[in-house]
Amino acid sequence: MRYALYPGCAAKGATPELYQSTMAIIGRLGIEVAELTASSCCGAGVVTEADPEGALALNARTFAQAERLGLDIMTICGTCQGVMSSANRQLKGDAALLQRVNRLLEPEGLTYHGNVQVKHLLWIVVREVGLAKLKDEVQVTLGDLKIAPFYGCYILRPSWDLGFDDPENPTSLEKVIRAVGAEPVDYGGKIKCCGFPIILEKEDIALAMNGANLKEAKDGGADAMVTPCPLCHMSLDIYQERAAKKVETNLNLPVLHLPQMLGLAMGVPSRELGVERHLVPVDRIVKVVEERKSKVTHSPLSHGPLHLRSNGQPRRGKGEGAS
Amino acid sequence: MRLAFTVQRYSPESDSAPHDETYRLDVTRGMTVLDALIRIKNEQDGRLTFRYSCRSAICGSCAMTINDAEKLACRTSVRKEWERYGGITIEPLRHLPVLKDLAVDMRSFWGKVRAIEPWIQAAHLPPTGPLSLPAGSAQFHNVDACIMCGACVAACTVHEVDQGFLGPAALAKAYRFVADPREDSAARTARLEVLQGPTGMWDCTRCNFCVEVCPKDVKPMEAIIRLRRAAIQAGMTDTGGARHVVGFRDLIARFGRLNEALMPLKVVGLSLRRLLHVLPLGVRMLLKGKVPNPLHPPIEGVQHVRALLERTRR
Repeated sequence: MRYALYPGCAAKGATPELYQSTMAIIGRLGIEVAELTASSCCGAGVVTEADPEGALALNARTFAQAERLGLDIMTICGTCQGVMSSANRQLKGDAALLQRVNRLLEPEGLTYHGNVQVKHLLWIVVREVGLAKLKDEVQVTLGDLKIAPFYGCYILRPSWDLGFDDPENPTSLEKVIRAVGAEPVDYGGKIKCCGFPIILEKEDIALAMNGANLKEAKDGGADAMVTPCPLCHMSLDIYQERAAKKVETNLNLPVLHLPQMLGLAMGVPSRELGVERHLVPVDRIVKVVEERKSKVTHSPLSHGPLHLRSNGQPRRGKGEGAS
Repeated sequence: MRLAFTVQRYSPESDSAPHDETYRLDVTRGMTVLDALIRIKNEQDGRLTFRYSCRSAICGSCAMTINDAEKLACRTSVRKEWERYGGITIEPLRHLPVLKDLAVDMRSFWGKVRAIEPWIQAAHLPPTGPLSLPAGSAQFHNVDACIMCGACVAACTVHEVDQGFLGPAALAKAYRFVADPREDSAARTARLEVLQGPTGMWDCTRCNFCVEVCPKDVKPMEAIIRLRRAAIQAGMTDTGGARHVVGFRDLIARFGRLNEALMPLKVVGLSLRRLLHVLPLGVRMLLKGKVPNPLHPPIEGVQHVRALLERTRR
């Protein structure tokens, strides 16, 4: 499985731990990547507000770069995914538009022919890596932990641009949470908005939205939250303390990037996942994982990797046949 | 097949809070949720209250919350809902006052549509009224297909926390007049001035709920984006929202990627008060290694990105 990795701005900027944790886990899932180092911002739904054709051209340029490599694109940001899915659908569906945009790419010697697909890491894990393979890679099940999925808007809506999850009743994050042995928290806020796009200019509104979703997850018993979107992560993590004040509650809910959750379950050392960069400490979750990991390592039954299932019963892993 | 329908009931004269009631009904092929409600009312409970008229997705009366999403009852298939959710729950539209059962008070909705003055404004109209649209001139992008059902407003995540927000339906309607070539430029400017104010176009987070739930493909959020574009093009760039858009594009032209260290400064503008508000979080991010180097080199080929954005800027 080989993809052109489109890192997006946040993973190269304010959420470097997303890039770090992605690189720490994809090899174990059999995903190889060639990074699109010359790719620009996708426009994040913002550039189009001033300049729709410019925003499309930025994305066509990225698609052309991947097409030249003969690879589909893997995104690690829900917002990038939504914006790029929409741009790709417009470009593929309108030959005249594609031609116009290609003229803008000409000076760089690039042309987009419409042969690239754009897929989020979450989708690749669910549909291409497969949950069975993911379960095989789980070294420490996150059993007893309740994890609240938070999808973010752009990976769900408009559903006809994305074509993956049911926008009213999505299941992909829940499937992944179950695959790592944890229990997904069901709550209405999981498909709502984190408020991030207006958080700098309309902080009151954004915090009310953000706080309500976090509170609902917490009231549902969540020990942690997981999101496939780093912009949601900034809102949920960096602004959590302010959001808690806004909704007059105590939150202290650690928020994981999707690959961080996968990495913890796959036994990747937490420092390689960058969890120490979060503003809301992830210590509690890391501690649970570390304790279980040491039990796994020191188990007298252990020869070959052992897996602790959520029911507490050890199960021999892939090493079984060899031993 | 006999299915259960869970319907939220509420009568202000007798109930202190809403409660659920379950009705069982033999469903027939092709039955809609509205068909089911009418049968329940006729055969089981004449007091059950809901609005409807045309039964064909034209009048916009029967929008309600069906399995937690805003839908017109008349074009929602019982069978599909059952297959998707394994049950059917029916509630009134969210974040609007309930009058009785599934009927909500739409006065705030209509108030906002009226507030945007949904008629053509021009200083020099002929005495017989507005002229016809010049041929081929108008691009309303389907916003005039709106049937005012209220689904988008009930689904709007900003309206949920701030009921003062003008909301997707009224803003989409406003765009229709901003795009109308018969309005003169003074009227258009005046409109945009009002719409760029608090509770207006810049409050939308682009969550896309309105686009997803609209039964008529109006795409209200895209109309809001067009309003924002019109405001920027008219030179109205002294709002946080407009500074965000213009500053964002400038940063992409400069670096190829967004630089989150500089973005807040673009939005804050020249206000010391706003700067002092964002600064503490910036410091905490810095200590956690979350502030990118503002002098970070641009991406490879940034000159092409810059040239491309120059050309599309016009």
